[in-house]
This record gives sequence, structure tokens and C-alpha cells, in this order.
Amino acid sequence: MSTLRAILTLAAVLALTQTVQAQQGYPVRLDLGTTPTPQDLAQAFAIPPDGRGLPPGKGTYAEGEKVYADSCAVCHGDKLQGIPTPGIGGDKLIGGRGTLASATPVKTVESYWPYATTLFDYVKRSMPFTAPGSLSDEQVYGVVAYILGEANIVPKNAVLDAKSLPGVQMPNRDGFVADPRPEIQLYR
Amino acid sequence: MAVRDALEGYDEKTKTQVEAMIDAERRALAQRGREPEDCSCKTGMFPQLGRRSVLVAAGSALAASLAPLPTPARAAERKAPAGAVWRESPNDPTKVPGTPTAEDGGYGSRSQFATELRWRYPTPTTLSSWTMTPLDTSEGIITPSGLHFERHHGGIPTIDPARHSLFVHGLVERPKKFTMADIKRFPSVSRLHFIECSGNGLTEWRKPTLKTVQGTHGLLSTSEWTGVQFSTLAREVGLKDGAGWVLAEGADSAVMTRSIPLEKLLADAIIAYAQNGEALRPEQGYPLRLILPGWEGNTHIKWLRRLDVSDQPFMTREETSKYTDLLGNGKARQFSFTMEAKSVITFPSGEMKLPGPGFYEITGLAWSGRGRIARLEVSVDGGKNWNLAALQDPVLPICTTRFRFPWFWNGQPSVLQSRATDETGYVQPTLQQLVEIRGLAGPFGSVYHLNAIQSWSVAADGSVSNVHA
Repeated sequence: MSTLRAILTLAAVLALTQTVQAQQGYPVRLDLGTTPTPQDLAQAFAIPPDGRGLPPGKGTYAEGEKVYADSCAVCHGDKLQGIPTPGIGGDKLIGGRGTLASATPVKTVESYWPYATTLFDYVKRSMPFTAPGSLSDEQVYGVVAYILGEANIVPKNAVLDAKSLPGVQMPNRDGFVADPRPEIQLYR
Repeated sequence: MAVRDALEGYDEKTKTQVEAMIDAERRALAQRGREPEDCSCKTGMFPQLGRRSVLVAAGSALAASLAPLPTPARAAERKAPAGAVWRESPNDPTKVPGTPTAEDGGYGSRSQFATELRWRYPTPTTLSSWTMTPLDTSEGIITPSGLHFERHHGGIPTIDPARHSLFVHGLVERPKKFTMADIKRFPSVSRLHFIECSGNGLTEWRKPTLKTVQGTHGLLSTSEWTGVQFSTLAREVGLKDGAGWVLAEGADSAVMTRSIPLEKLLADAIIAYAQNGEALRPEQGYPLRLILPGWEGNTHIKWLRRLDVSDQPFMTREETSKYTDLLGNGKARQFSFTMEAKSVITFPSGEMKLPGPGFYEITGLAWSGRGRIARLEVSVDGGKNWNLAALQDPVLPICTTRFRFPWFWNGQPSVLQSRATDETGYVQPTLQQLVEIRGLAGPFGSVYHLNAIQSWSVAADGSVSNVHA
């Protein structure tokens, strides 16, 4: 092999090596994945306290009373009292106001939940327990109106919709504090 | 009877609940072939059979079960525990060929003589319930995937990974749908971390209630998790100004959701697809789970399908009505994410029985959601004197650390305790300290975040029990 050819070969190898090296390392982005279609995210929701994302529609106590009887009472009881027996286990939904600082606190939607939007989100998301996501938005508004009505949080003639629901003032709205841990008392 | 005495001071509803829990624990013990009643035959509670079998008194139930000859009763059962296959155990395994290679179909199972099991907390429904890891028999720091504790809110979904995807959207420049194949192409990390449910020990606020370390501390498990860092996906989608919180949503029937501060996700969150070297178990979130090292288990969203980047928390049911810590003054702590430094002696622990005075290696686990364990002290006199224990390598951040301590038991009644200090200098508190700060809001106190020092009493006859000391 001539000297010139050896030099050319070496140069080619070096150039190739540099090209490969330029492609090494971790890129900032890989541009993987695809852009979600509107249909992909059509069912997605999560409702913060300002009500962003609440769907159209509305519901009343009277409409919710029927939904509750058909879909909720079997686990939560016809008086919203909860059924803790094996095989069921639906939470008590109302009552318990004024008990949180007692020796036997009763935590319910009425006594403990800080936001009405959470109730809408949770019922639409996870209820009824054996057929989650099966209620229409109107039915969810209705059953929320029924529960909040039974809890004496909204009047029984209230109409709940995307506009009115975020305005509902829950009794325990100011019952929560930020996590102070590590607790300074442990450093004395 | 003794159980009833332990329930003094509880109201009727709580008594019923606690009785059900104690009963579930008793049934679990019985299923493991152990004698749950007070008797002189409790040597069956020794966890490490191989290493400590020398301590097993001849003629005990355990010794019988370890004998090479299958007893008529055992042979007649022909039953293996969950995760095992029953096979005839020959008189002399050197005189007959064993099981043919690959007869297991290519995936191995544990010995039929390894009987430890998770047991289920007796919640009213099995769809929303939890199981406890058998820490009494735990070795090292890794939890076998099949013994990792569980908490489900709507059962365990069966998800075909070919039809599963992760959406990342909201306050991002390029919303994305990632298939599982996309996820696995990203640069990945493998890290060992514990997960602890913030409800671990909820029965123990007012009085020592459950008997075993599985009952008192079993909502703790450790795995090696492999996946993509959230920060990698964040660059992929491009975070917009104002992004501060992210909703993580699961694909189970509870459609579990938690709001997570973006700061935490960017610090160390992993979108995990593997656990202990293989795909996640279905009950641990197959095919995708959010791992938030050191934060309460509920935030580690399983069956992860959506990350919605937002400027505010969503105040979901799980972060308002649940997983908030009601204090004695009626106020509740919210977004109490961190699992603080904690430790527990796993040997000897509740319901075991020491055969007599002599040498024992006390061992247990220590962990902190804030980093590494820096120090572990053991007391054998109820906290009067403390002695440094050895920390077994590896000592990893936000991971269980195994500790060991040599102890010569003189046969006198003793109270064993362990106290962890993490690298921030936080010292594991006493129960009394926590109750003084938080108060007791009801029969189960604040329910969540009990990280107090655990006490095990060793009686003169060697029996070990759960006490408050």
C-alpha cells in the first residue's frame, strides 16, 4: 500500500469517526410520540376548584334524587348514611358537622370535603362503584345537587351547572393547612 | 379475653373494625401453618429458616415441617402456597432424579415450603382494599415483586400494553401521546426505592393493636424500578410558563388521580415500566407506574395513562377527603407527601418466640423519604440506652437500609426499639412526641404518617409482642 493511499485511508477513517462522534450523546429531544387527536382527549377531565373543564348541562335535587335511588343508595344507603358491611362499604355522605375536633370525628362530604367540584369530579370519574363513568353529565350534576341538598349545603331548588357549582361554599373549606413537616417541635 | 382487653377505649364501630383486622391477621398466621394462640410452640415464628434453623427446638411444629419425610398430613394435602408448585419431596433427594429442566415452562416459582404471604386488610370490599408485605421474613432490602404490598381503589385492571398509551398535555408546547414502545425508547434509569403507604401503622396510634410486624409495618416494600425520568418527557413536550402542578391519572376503574408539584416531578420522578428486572406486576401498575421517590404510596399512580400539566392542584378526592391528616384540633394537613425517617426491627418481632437466653442478631429496616439513613440505634431496654447498629451496604437514598445488631439476651424481660436518623439529621420520633404535636383525632389518630419508634417486648419466656413503651 502506498504512503499516499495509507494517508487517504486514515483521513477517511478519521472523518467517519468524527461523523459518528457528532451523532453520539443524548439528544435534547427524541421527537417520539404523536400529537393527540381531539378524540384522544375527549373523555379526559379533571375539575379544579375554579370549575375549569366542567361540562355543559345542569342538574337539580329532584333529578338527582332519582339517580341516587337507582345508582347510589345500594352502597351509600337510602339516607346517605353509608353501609359499612362486608361486600358493600359505601361511605357515609352527610352529617358530622362540628365533629372534626372531637374524639370521634365523622368525615363526610358535608363535614370534611373542602370543594364541591371534587364531588362532581369524583362521581363522574369513579362512581357508581361497579359501573364507573356510566352516568351522564346531567345525572352527575343532579346527584351532586341531591347530596349537597341533603347536606343542607345548597337549597333543594338549586340548579347546579358549570357556573354555579364552583361557587358552592363547603362547610370545611378552610379546614386544611399546609404540611409543616419536618415538625419544628422535634428540633427542641 | 386478651383481644377484647386490647380494644378497651375504642368505640363500638372501631372495635368492630379492629376486631376484623386482628382476625384477618390471625387467619393469615394460621394459613402459614403457625400457631397463633399463646402456647409454648411459637418457635414457628422464626423468620430465617435456613440460618436460624439451629435454634428450632426439636419436636416443634416447624421442625416437623422441615423434616425430609413428608408427614402424612402434608402429603395428603398436596397443596402448595400461592406462587409455588407442589411436588413430592423424596426421603433422600440424592437417590432419585429431580424435576426435569424447564418443566416450569420457562418461568420459575418459589419453593413449596416458602409459605410467606401477603394478607388482606379486611375492608368491606376486596376491590378497594390493601395487602401487607410479610416483613417478618424479609431478607436484605428488596421485596420480592409477588410480596410487594398493594393498595387498590377499584380492583386490578388487566391492560394490554399494545393498547395502552401515556398522554402528556396541558401547559406544554407539544402535547404528546406515547405508546409503550415510545416510552421504552427514551433513555432510562434504574433505581432502588421504597414505597410506603402513608396509612402504614394506622391501627397503632392509640394502642398496640396488630401483633406482627406485617400488620404494623407491612405497607412498606422496596424494589428496583426502571423507567424514564419525568424530566426527559418534560423536555420532549416542552413545559410552558405557569406550569406548577401535574395531574397524574391511572387507567383503573377508580381512574385514580393525584396532583403532584412539578418541582418534585422534575427532581426525581420516574415513569416506570419495570420492577426488579422484569415488567411491572399487574397489581403494581402494569404497564406503567409513576414513581415519586420518598412520597406517600398513593401518589405513585399505577396504570399511568395521563399527565396533565396545570398551574394549580386539582383538589381530587384522594388529596382532600383522603390522604389528609386530621389533627386533634380539627384542622387537617394537606399535601403531606414526604414519608419521614422510620425504622422497625423485623427480627425478633411480634409473635416470635426466642428459645432461650443467648446470642441473637437483631435486624430490621430503616428508611427515609428525605435521603440516606445516616445512623441507626438500637435499644434493648425500652429507650433508656441506645447503641449504634451496623448499616449493611448498600445504603441508598430513599431506599430501605438493612441494619444488624448483636445482642446477648440475658433472659430478662426486655423492650427492643430501633431509632433511625437520616442524612438531614431528622431523628425518628417517639409516638408520644407525634401525639403531642398532632393530637389524636379519633380512634386512629391522624391515620396517616405514623413514623414513630416501634417497641417489641421480649418476655422472660422469650415470647415477643407489640407494646407501647
